[in-house]
Amino acid sequence: MKAIGIILAGGNSSRMQELTSRRAIAAMPVAGSYRSVDFSLSNMTNSHIQKVAVLTQYSSRSLHEHLNSSKWWDFGRKQGGLYLFAPTITQENGFWYRGTADAMYQNLDFLRNSHEPYVVIASGDGIYKLDYNQVINRHIDTQADITVVVTELSDCMDNSRFGTVTTDEDDRIIEFEEKPIQSDNRLVSTGIYVVRRRLLIELLERCIADNNYDFVRGVLMRYKTSKRICAYRMEGYWSNIATVEDYFRTNMDFLNPEIRDYFFRQYPDIYSKVDDLPPAKYNPDAVVKNSLIASGCIVNGVVENSVLFKKVYVGNNVTIKNSIILNDVHICDNTYIENCIVESRDTIHSDRRLVGEGKILIVDEKADRYGL
Amino acid sequence: MINYYRERNKEVTFLIKKEMIAMLLAGGQGSRLGVLTQSVAKPAVGFGGKYRIIDFPLSNCINSGVDTVGVLTQYQPLRLNTHIGIGIPWDLDRNIGGVSILPPYEKSTNAEWYTGTANAIYQNLRFMEYYNPEYVLVLGGDHIYKMDYEEMLDFHKRNNADVTLATIPVPWEEASRFGVVITDDDMRIREFEEKPANPRSNLASMGIYIFTWKVLREALITLSEQEGCDFGKHIIPYCHNRGDRVFAYEFNGYWRDVGTLGSYWAANMELIDIVPVFDLYDEYWKIYTKGEVIRPQYIASNAVINRAIIGEGTEVYGEVHNSVIGEGVTIGEGAVVRDSIIMKGTSVGKGTYIEKAIIAENVVIGDGCKLGVGEEVPNTWKPHIYSEGLVTIGEDSVIPNGVTIGKNTVILGGTSEDDYPNGRLESGASLIKAGDES
Repeated sequence: MKAIGIILAGGNSSRMQELTSRRAIAAMPVAGSYRSVDFSLSNMTNSHIQKVAVLTQYSSRSLHEHLNSSKWWDFGRKQGGLYLFAPTITQENGFWYRGTADAMYQNLDFLRNSHEPYVVIASGDGIYKLDYNQVINRHIDTQADITVVVTELSDCMDNSRFGTVTTDEDDRIIEFEEKPIQSDNRLVSTGIYVVRRRLLIELLERCIADNNYDFVRGVLMRYKTSKRICAYRMEGYWSNIATVEDYFRTNMDFLNPEIRDYFFRQYPDIYSKVDDLPPAKYNPDAVVKNSLIASGCIVNGVVENSVLFKKVYVGNNVTIKNSIILNDVHICDNTYIENCIVESRDTIHSDRRLVGEGKILIVDEKADRYGL
Repeated sequence: MINYYRERNKEVTFLIKKEMIAMLLAGGQGSRLGVLTQSVAKPAVGFGGKYRIIDFPLSNCINSGVDTVGVLTQYQPLRLNTHIGIGIPWDLDRNIGGVSILPPYEKSTNAEWYTGTANAIYQNLRFMEYYNPEYVLVLGGDHIYKMDYEEMLDFHKRNNADVTLATIPVPWEEASRFGVVITDDDMRIREFEEKPANPRSNLASMGIYIFTWKVLREALITLSEQEGCDFGKHIIPYCHNRGDRVFAYEFNGYWRDVGTLGSYWAANMELIDIVPVFDLYDEYWKIYTKGEVIRPQYIASNAVINRAIIGEGTEVYGEVHNSVIGEGVTIGEGAVVRDSIIMKGTSVGKGTYIEKAIIAENVVIGDGCKLGVGEEVPNTWKPHIYSEGLVTIGEDSVIPNGVTIGKNTVILGGTSEDDYPNGRLESGASLIKAGDES
């Protein structure tokens, strides 16, 4: 095996608003049946990377629950497997992960005790398909020290929350800009890196010694001239879900037949934890138009241009338009929902009218299900 | 020979102890399901949009705390093998116990198929010996039901029984189609009647037995020379005749035999009811299956869905009425599906009309076809199998564009326009282009 994997899944974002009050971004439900981290994890296993560490920190309960068995991504094996590293207090260190570089540094033993020559670093909030072996092969061919996977940002995404890169004609990265305030540069880093394991250990040790805890600032920006940092241009769909707007749009993207086909019907597949849910059920008054419906749903009402995650109950005379209903939501009769994201495990009582005017409304009623 | 094995392995068997293990008979063809079982054993036939029939007894086992299950296979085992694997979906991947697939095997002196239900179990005596059980549960793999075998075991223990048969009350007018048992007040069985003309009891045997292990072992060895040794015909009468305590456990839940196309179709349709008698959405008795498809289903803007259950990853562009649709199915624009069962991976072309059909896995149906139309005429080839007006289409079949197919028809294999004179397959006709009888 050529590489081990690290998935950075510790983050939250204030731009996710209430949605990440319950879970890390990596645990956000995506496309009806998945969690965000499933995409990076499936890419790892589909690239034959057998040993993967997921670094968690912020609100990790939901993520740990999702990853409590590694068999769904085929990591339940004797060689390698799936490792979950949350911060721990040790004799030498009493800190939380102070940044992405620190998170890896605090788990340096994982890197030291492996024998694979390369490390693939990915983030838990990207929605994409990528064969990391192609990145590794390019990394070897270009004799790069670090390879950064970059992509041309689609028009609907705001480049000011990403790191933009500028390359020379050999695709060597000559300029990084973190979260540019005003820039026409649409070439952004996806947060996916390939680096030699021994070099990564060395860079992390130096980075922390300099009191730098962030991988982008402490490693990429700092070494951009002294090390050969190259770009790998990724084709195909890539989206990052770390704001409410992007999260909403990414889910709605799956209503597009081409994107659905790309993720769901073309090799390789995306895996997720298997819930034992029955097929979706449509009762006589159900009307469903242009929507994704996950397993375990029971639909009695009207659903249009929406994504219903697993085990959603839609009551009689309910209308749901242009909305995302997360897992295990119970919607009682005569309710109208438009332009909303409804938090998981919520209960929406009867005769409610929930409409996001001009923007997406996040609904988290925290209502009691029982005794309705 | 068996005693010698036990002596030698005393220490091994001492460390392993299972109170009750299950032996699941999954080797039957189920020939009354016609082309549906052409290339798969009946327990592996799809059911209810995402399940296979064997999921029901397997889920019942794990939900009842039975974690050691031997699955006896013989007829077309490939689909069963890939479905069961090492038992992950049912949590039956265990260090000790779990699920084991037990096909017939060659011995030093002979090589014999499983010749009967009890013979199959007899040939796996060593499997059962290994787990050192107190009780053995014998199950079939061809019924749809949820049953707590632990309650049945409690009943067995309470009565200090040697054998307990699970029974279900059936309507009196139908009792003459079943094997019924006549019991005294404390449910001990006095008499058996096989398909009685004038039934004296309506308690029908469900083909589920709990044996005290020593009793079963002794009976199997004694009757080992019996030709085609069968539980109902030989083992149970043997135990009863020699005075063993044989009891009837009365089960009062949902239980469906899906042995014929008509009953298979009806049991699927029952799942669509608003509050079905058999509730798959029950949190406390989940049915597990190997989920091969995770992705959500897509319902397009022009789709109409009226009373249906639909599996993962299916894309509906047309109309679905009163039907059970499996995983990864495509229903094309303008297509209409009524009162039908469509299994995993099948695609229905644009503008195709389907009424009262059972369509197996990975079938391709062209554009503009009409299935299940015209007069009802009995099937000319196998009228007892292909009846009730159903169109039955076997696995991997291909149906070309624009053909019309009548009622009580059956199709298997890749067909082309040439197979349909005037673009029609008349009611009652059969078109077999693949499999053993082509």
